[in-house]
Amino acid sequence: MAFILCVVIFSLSTQKFLSTDNFLTVVMQASIIGTIALGVTFVVIGGNLDLSVGSLLSFATVLVVDLHDKVGPGTAILLMFVFTLLIGSVNGYLIGYLRLNSLIVTLGMLSAIQGITLVYSGGKNVDISDQTNTWFAFFGREALFGVPVPAIIFIVLGIILQIVLLKTGFGRKIFAIGGNATASLFSGLRRNRLVFSTYLLSAFTTGCAALILGSRVMGSQNNVGEGYELLVLAGVILGGTSLLGGSGSIARTVIGVLILAMIQNGLLLLGFPYYTQWLVTWVVIIVAVWLDIAAKRGKLFSTY
Amino acid sequence: MNRIIYLIKRQPIWIFVFVCIVFFSFSSPYFFDIRNFSNILVQASTIGLIALGMTFVMINGNIDLSVGATLALAASLAVGLQPQLGIIGAVSVGLLSGILIGALNGIIAWKTGVDAFIVTLGAMIGVRGLVFIYTEEQAFYAYDLAYANFGASSLFGIPVLALIFVFLTIIAHLVLKYTIHGRNVFAVGGNRVAAKEAGIRVGPHMLLNFILIGFLAALSGILLSTQMGASTPNLGRNYELWTITAVVLGGTRLTGGFGSIIGTLGGVLAIAILRNGMNLLQVPSFYVLIILGSILILVLFLDKRFAEPQGVGA
Repeated sequence: MAFILCVVIFSLSTQKFLSTDNFLTVVMQASIIGTIALGVTFVVIGGNLDLSVGSLLSFATVLVVDLHDKVGPGTAILLMFVFTLLIGSVNGYLIGYLRLNSLIVTLGMLSAIQGITLVYSGGKNVDISDQTNTWFAFFGREALFGVPVPAIIFIVLGIILQIVLLKTGFGRKIFAIGGNATASLFSGLRRNRLVFSTYLLSAFTTGCAALILGSRVMGSQNNVGEGYELLVLAGVILGGTSLLGGSGSIARTVIGVLILAMIQNGLLLLGFPYYTQWLVTWVVIIVAVWLDIAAKRGKLFSTY
Repeated sequence: MNRIIYLIKRQPIWIFVFVCIVFFSFSSPYFFDIRNFSNILVQASTIGLIALGMTFVMINGNIDLSVGATLALAASLAVGLQPQLGIIGAVSVGLLSGILIGALNGIIAWKTGVDAFIVTLGAMIGVRGLVFIYTEEQAFYAYDLAYANFGASSLFGIPVLALIFVFLTIIAHLVLKYTIHGRNVFAVGGNRVAAKEAGIRVGPHMLLNFILIGFLAALSGILLSTQMGASTPNLGRNYELWTITAVVLGGTRLTGGFGSIIGTLGGVLAIAILRNGMNLLQVPSFYVLIILGSILILVLFLDKRFAEPQGVGA
C-alpha cells in the first residue's frame, strides 16, 4: 500500500522519478541496508532482534579491505566471511543455546565488535592501494547487462531467501518458533538450533553487504556501519514484519527498504534539503505500523 | 548476613563497581583522589541523567531510543539561540524542546498503541533530521563565556554538574520509591492490563514518564554543551545505547516491572569508572568497548542463572 502510494506521489510530482535509470539508482542505494535486512528479517520472524549488524558491517568491511592488499582479494573475502560467521555464531550461541535476551546480547555485541574493529585497525582508516586493477571492484562498481552488481546481489539473495522462507521446512519452523515458542517446543522443534541459524544468516547477509560497501568505497572507516542496525530495523518494520515475531516476509522487507530509499530519492529530486527525508521517515514508520495495528484491532485509537 | 547476601544478589553491579575502585586504586596513583572522583561524577552525569529517566520508562515496560537525538536538539537550540534570546531564554527553549519531544512520543505511544520501541526509533531518526536542518550541519559556539564558565564551576569544591546529577538521582530515587506515581511505574510495567483494571490511567501515566525522560535528555545535552562551550549536530550519537546499557547493568529488566535507581546509579558509575580508570592506565579506549560489551552479556547471564526461578521449558 505505502509502496504504491510512494510511487504514485513521486511519479506525479517529478518527471525524473519514473524512469528505469532512476529505479535502478533507488535499488542500488537500498542494496546495502537491504541486503542486511534480508538476514535480519529471519531473526525478527524468529522472535528476536539483532542490533549488532551495524558494528558487524564495520568489522567485515574493515577486515576485507585491509586483507585485500595483504593476502589478495579471494582469500580476503573468504577470511572475512569466516570471521563474520564466527561472530554471528557467538550471537547465536548466547541467544539460541543460553537463551539470553536478544536485545541486550546484541547491544553488548554492538559495543564489543566496535572495540574489536578498532583494536584490529589500531583506529586508522584502511584503504585499497590499487583501486583500478582489482576484480574486487566487481561487487560494488560494475554492472551486468546494465544492472549494477549491488542491485543484483540484493535482489538475487532476496529471491533465494524468500524461497527458503516460504517453501522449505526450515522457513516454516522459523515462523513456528517466533509465533509460539511453547507450542513449537512441544511439537519437538529444536529452537536452539533454529535461532542459532537465524543469527548465522544475518551475519552472512551482513558479510555480503560488506562486500558491496568495501568494493564501492575501496576503503573503510572504523565506524562506517554505525547506526545501520536501526535503519535496517526501520526497513524491516516498514515492510510489516512484527517485532514480536511469527509473521513477516522477505518480499515485504524488500518493499520496506525500497520505500525508505524512494523517500530519500524522491525528496532529493523534488529539491528538498537532504535531511527532510529523515523527518518523512519518522512519520512513515509510525503511520505504517499504526495503520497495521488499527486494522487488526478494528479501532483507530487504543483504549488505554 | 542474609541481608547482605540478598543485597549482593539484587545489586551485583555494585560489587563490580567496588572491585573496579579497589583495582584502579592499587594500579594507578592518580585514581583514589577526591578531584578524580568528582571528575568521574561529571563524566557520569551526561549518561546518568538520561539513565534516571530511562529507568522509569524501562520499568514501565517501554524504551526510549530517541534520547541521543533529543540531547543534540536541546544542546543546539540552547547554544544556537543565545545571540537572539540570551542564555536563560535559549536554555529554556532547549529544555522545552526536550519536553515537547517526550510528550509527542508519549502521546503517540498512548493513542496509537504502537510499541514504544518503534515510536522512539522513528523519533530518533526524525529528531536527528530536525537537528541537521536547524543547524545546517554547523557546530555552534557559545560566545558568552558565562555559559562555559557554568560548566566548569564548583560549589564547596564539588563541580556543579556533579551536584546536579547527585541531587536529581536522590529525587528520582525518592519519587520511584515513595510516591504513588513511583508505585504505579512498577504496577504498569508488571501487568499493564491489571494496572488498568485497578484504575490506573495507563496512557497518561506513560506520557508523564516520556515527558520526564525528554526533559532529562534535554538537560543532559545542555549541561554537556556547557562543558564544551559548544554544540555539534552529531552530539549524543549512540547515547541511547549507552544509557540502556547502564540501566540494564543496574538490574532493570527489559520486560518491565523490576528495577531501581540505586541499581542504575551503579550501572552508570561502572561505565564511568571503567572509562576513567582505563584512561589513567593509558589503555586505548577500544578495549573499554570490548570489556563493557562483555560485562553487559555477563550480567545478563548471571541474572538468568541466579536471579530467575528456573522454569520448565521456555
